[in-house]
Amino acid sequence: MENFLAGFELLARWDVGLALLIGSIGGVIIGAIPGVGPAVAIAILLPATFSLEPIVGLTMLLGIYGSSMYGGALPAVLINTPGTAVNALTSYDGYPMTKRGEALRAVSLAYFASFWGGLFGILCLILLSPVLAIIAPMFGSREIFLAAVLGILLVILAHRGQVMAAGMLAMFGIFLQTIGLDAVTYTKRFTFDMTWLSSGVNLIVVVLGLFALSQAFMLLISPNDSPHPQPVQGRPSKGLRELLRHKRVATAASGFGVLMGMIPGVGEFTAQFMSYTYAQRTSKQPDLFGKGSPEGLIASEAANNAVPAAAMVPLLALGIPGEALTAMMLSVFYVHNVIPGPQLFQNNIDLVYALYIALILLNVVVICFLMVSTNLLTKIIQVPTRLLGILILILSFVGVYSLRNSLTDCMMAAGFGVLGLILKRLNLPIVPIILGMVLGGIMEVKLRSAMARVKTPLDMIDRPLAFIIFLTILLVLALHVRTLIREHRAREQETDHDMHDTQLR
Amino acid sequence: MSRVKTLQALFKRYRRPGDIVFAWLFLAFALFLLFHLTSQTQYKPGGKVFAQPRFWPAVSLIGMTVFAALHLLGSALSERIEGRWREVGFWLRSLEYAGWFIAYAAAVPYLGYLPSTVLAALLLAIRAGFGSPRVLGAAVLSAIAIVLLFKSFLQVKLPAGQVYEYLPDGLRQIMLTYF
Repeated sequence: MENFLAGFELLARWDVGLALLIGSIGGVIIGAIPGVGPAVAIAILLPATFSLEPIVGLTMLLGIYGSSMYGGALPAVLINTPGTAVNALTSYDGYPMTKRGEALRAVSLAYFASFWGGLFGILCLILLSPVLAIIAPMFGSREIFLAAVLGILLVILAHRGQVMAAGMLAMFGIFLQTIGLDAVTYTKRFTFDMTWLSSGVNLIVVVLGLFALSQAFMLLISPNDSPHPQPVQGRPSKGLRELLRHKRVATAASGFGVLMGMIPGVGEFTAQFMSYTYAQRTSKQPDLFGKGSPEGLIASEAANNAVPAAAMVPLLALGIPGEALTAMMLSVFYVHNVIPGPQLFQNNIDLVYALYIALILLNVVVICFLMVSTNLLTKIIQVPTRLLGILILILSFVGVYSLRNSLTDCMMAAGFGVLGLILKRLNLPIVPIILGMVLGGIMEVKLRSAMARVKTPLDMIDRPLAFIIFLTILLVLALHVRTLIREHRAREQETDHDMHDTQLR
Repeated sequence: MSRVKTLQALFKRYRRPGDIVFAWLFLAFALFLLFHLTSQTQYKPGGKVFAQPRFWPAVSLIGMTVFAALHLLGSALSERIEGRWREVGFWLRSLEYAGWFIAYAAAVPYLGYLPSTVLAALLLAIRAGFGSPRVLGAAVLSAIAIVLLFKSFLQVKLPAGQVYEYLPDGLRQIMLTYF
């Protein structure tokens, strides 16, 4: 309880409140505009938050992360275009409801399902904290190294049907972080004797290029478009009562969101599919799914909103980000010399609790904002896409250039922008590159420090936790091989489709 | 034949035109880097293998090459999708906007953040095909709002423009600090 109060004390400042307000309302707006997404917004704002105190900067970024999916539901329901990729399933049932003249019901259900999922996720995080505080210190260099290996493996295998592409891109990410001067031996690695490569490739430059600039280029090259959703008539608060009639689905979907959110590399997309499938299987009206089922809508929105809080678990407890957004947040921690991981729970527990409270507050702020601003948001969605591309390009410049005022960084970001555009066009995932960079760095550092105590390879797994993680790695590999063999025997060919969780982020 | 079909089934998914071009380019890039592994990294005699500066570049590049080769195999075994070179043309069109971005970045230390941002927004809006004063005005206003937010309010570190030096004293100070 006293940790909780200490967390409150940390948050009880005007600048933190302002950051939370800007982050959560800005996140909703950004989420509502198709083609922008939280990754673009966080990438742009990241360098600006470096000059702020850690709690202020993190609150703002957390606000964007936790609220963007609320906003993303609006265009998914009204114009059949998900605002963020993770709202894709929302459009399956939301848009048919709009076509039936039930736009208000769909929007309102999406808001409250998101709220339910968001709060459920945070509640789980708070309940898990004492356990995490006990388990986290058991993680030494070996365990964190193995957990990072597991993270890379899951990121690759989670991209089913694209495992080879995800693998090569994750390896590319690991390679990128090795460029420059080696921190221990001070030897050059892949600098080709060019001074600008000696300082390495900055994560934020890569992130801004791959996510933000690529999106700007994409919008500027593609034909101009300006969606025109119909205004929503009535009070959106009506959905709460209907949601309470489906609380089983909402809770189960939030549970899937929490579970999937905690596993690195899996995330919202898998959680959504699992909860949607569960809701359909257990529904009394399974035929309605995809044709405007309120249960389908609830399952999708509750699941994706439970993920942000759960994704904080590996980030805070082990310093291992599970996806691109938490990977970006990790850099804010590093810049302020607050290192997430086992020590965070011992030395900065007030910061951990402050982040939990910030998560709760942002959900409350967002739901209140949405109750009065739905029609304002439908106007914002109408921004012409090419104008949006120009704004993203201009905003990306601030993000890249303010890092170290380097034109070379801008050139590199432009290069990664072109690469990101190619990957998006080819439907190939971007996230493995980012996680490869972050987890690759963690693996290198932790393996080096672990080697001091390791005489034989078996010493790597002679501690219980290390052994369990090692067994998990083997299990994940075995399950993947089993799936491949089953597919091989069944000659199954999954239908090709456009949707992928990395596509619009 | 059935085996090839199954391999196709294992690899074929989410493919789009131009996939094989990217697969070839990526493999060539991976091989190029792998070829330079020994010249671009060092091996410290006597040290543990895992602690060698060459260890992680080697692991990542070998992994990159193997996965890139398998990705290429998957592409080659899959059915050809029409529109490969049209797609490559689309990729190349992005170079123009990459050029715009670099030109904008290069202009800031000379023209200053506010003038170059307004200019970039206006020129890009014209290039993007907007002609109406309403949209052009919106682009300019958005550019000013971005400058006010990041430079004037958040005080993000950006260099002052060299042209500001030619401004009268009072105005120069304001421009140097806030714009």
